[in-house]
Amino acid sequence: MALLEVKNLKTYFFTRNGIVKSVDGTSFSIEKGEILGIVGESGAGKSITGFSLLGLIDPPGKIVEGEINFNGRDLVKLSEDELQKIRGDEISMIFQDPQTSLNPVITIGEQMMEVILYHRKGMSKKEAFNACVEILKTVGLPAAHKRMKSYPHQLSGGMKQRVVIAMALLNNPKLLVADEPTTALDVTIQAQILYLMKKLSLEFHSALILITHDIAVVSQLCDKIAVMYAGRIVEYGRKEDVIFNPLHPYTKGLIECLPKLNDDKKRLYQIPGIMPSLLGLPKGCYFKDRCEFADEQCDVYPPKQEIDKRIVFCHKVK
Amino acid sequence: MSQSEVKLLEVKDVEKIFNVKVGTFEKKDLHALNGVNFNIYKGKTLSLVGESGCGKTTIGKVILGLYQATNGEVIFRGKDIANLTPSKRGDIQKDIQMIFQDPYSSLNPRKKIKTILEQPLKIHTNMSKKDREEAILSLCDDVGIDYSYLERYPHQFSGGQRQRIAIARAMILKPELILADEPISALDVSIQAQILNLMMDLQEKFNSTMLFITHDISVVKHISDYIAVMYLGEIVEYASKKELFANPKHPYTKMLFSTVPDIHTPLATESVLKTGEIQSPIDLPKGCFFQNRCMYKVQSCTLSHPNLEETGDNHLVRCPIV
Repeated sequence: MALLEVKNLKTYFFTRNGIVKSVDGTSFSIEKGEILGIVGESGAGKSITGFSLLGLIDPPGKIVEGEINFNGRDLVKLSEDELQKIRGDEISMIFQDPQTSLNPVITIGEQMMEVILYHRKGMSKKEAFNACVEILKTVGLPAAHKRMKSYPHQLSGGMKQRVVIAMALLNNPKLLVADEPTTALDVTIQAQILYLMKKLSLEFHSALILITHDIAVVSQLCDKIAVMYAGRIVEYGRKEDVIFNPLHPYTKGLIECLPKLNDDKKRLYQIPGIMPSLLGLPKGCYFKDRCEFADEQCDVYPPKQEIDKRIVFCHKVK
Repeated sequence: MSQSEVKLLEVKDVEKIFNVKVGTFEKKDLHALNGVNFNIYKGKTLSLVGESGCGKTTIGKVILGLYQATNGEVIFRGKDIANLTPSKRGDIQKDIQMIFQDPYSSLNPRKKIKTILEQPLKIHTNMSKKDREEAILSLCDDVGIDYSYLERYPHQFSGGQRQRIAIARAMILKPELILADEPISALDVSIQAQILNLMMDLQEKFNSTMLFITHDISVVKHISDYIAVMYLGEIVEYASKKELFANPKHPYTKMLFSTVPDIHTPLATESVLKTGEIQSPIDLPKGCFFQNRCMYKVQSCTLSHPNLEETGDNHLVRCPIV
């Protein structure tokens, strides 16, 4: 059985201007030790998918339909108290911006120990302190012991992100959700953090969901890839298939428009237009206005097709 | 640096030192720029590449007059502008324009797009109202802004559209030099390609010169003529785009190349993990600035600071080992 199985998840936001279907019927699953990448542009619903898994959707948002089966339990049905016990313990999350995900007025040590002591009631402060130092060493933070007494502003961006990752790993979670963990960082630091996450997921056997807009990052790290567009998954499959033989025109475009190091072409390929607003989605396929293959067939939303273990939503794929 | 090209801007030994607070009663010097030299040639694009904290934005601000250089010269049209504040620059100010990184904070939220685009013309030219309007409309066609957008406010646009507006604002005075400071790093990948292509098209059309500042070495491949790699306030490698991509020499440049995510290369390995981070520009090390992250480090690297040396083909490298 899969560690996490999301079935037909729908998270809607009931705003004054209408219903925003941020996540509209996504389904995916992840096994123990696997890395799943969710790729898409801003507003595609990838972060909201991540937040839904942890029950972090606040009004006017609501999970209106679907199941999130994690380790034999449906997280959608759990109460806030029960979720609180799972969050930071069995499932933890790494947020995009390390500058804002740490409390600026509390030392690194106190923040980290709180995570352990909340979930491990019997543990002494000293044991918790040692566990924190140990995990900070694992993520490669120099002078870990000294850093426990530092405040967040005394660390650089890369170091803060290491602390955030260490904090997420403290209770040895079964599932780690990382929302754009390297977007705020330099490429050199990004490479370090990505390598670290890969290594740690191998070491701790935890499953990882990596949410990012950068398909190149996903291709380097993930086993499976889900491409989201305007709240829905448009292509989902094994990394090798999706990257080297993309079927959906949007996936093709995303890969094509990356700047390449070993390419002498002057102009870049570009996907015309922008993603439609979730309040004014076109009838039929959401991508049709930007798609070079679109015709009248695309006025109906494409049905799910399964081709060799890959799922794709496009009329033009046979 | 071939002789046929005309220098538009010359940066000579520019130093910038900030006096920053490090404790309640203590102040120290932060060496943001340590003797930067480069030339920008008319109609060409020079890209400055480096990590955050390497001084690439600071040099941009010195050229623009937002900072005054501590030492050194910035020569534009035969005049040293390194220590002139914007108000003392007169005409020069209109010929150097900037595109900022974050289109969400670089446009005034209270002004209509039309007002934003008209403002530079009002300040720097004597054009009549009708001429200004015409100039705005013709530029809208060039950058792909719909006429109906002019009556709207910035919050009504997506990041990519806002960046188009910011580009239009920079272009409206037909500046000789455009400074683009990470103009695409806040945008989605599919929009990045659109904006990069637009900037290249505009450059071709108006024959403008560009200084392109970025941390991502993979994007400069398409847009640059020359590339300067910066580290800790100095240039460590300078070459034409072709030469640099074919033959990167400085260990730092090589490291930058190895860490770019690419679908055809596997994830960089253990070796990058050991390389740590850029060090603080307060208390600079003796010897080579890159020594503590360099895998080719030898004894002599800790003793003397290397010079930027010509290695043939106009390829300058600040490393004696290579």
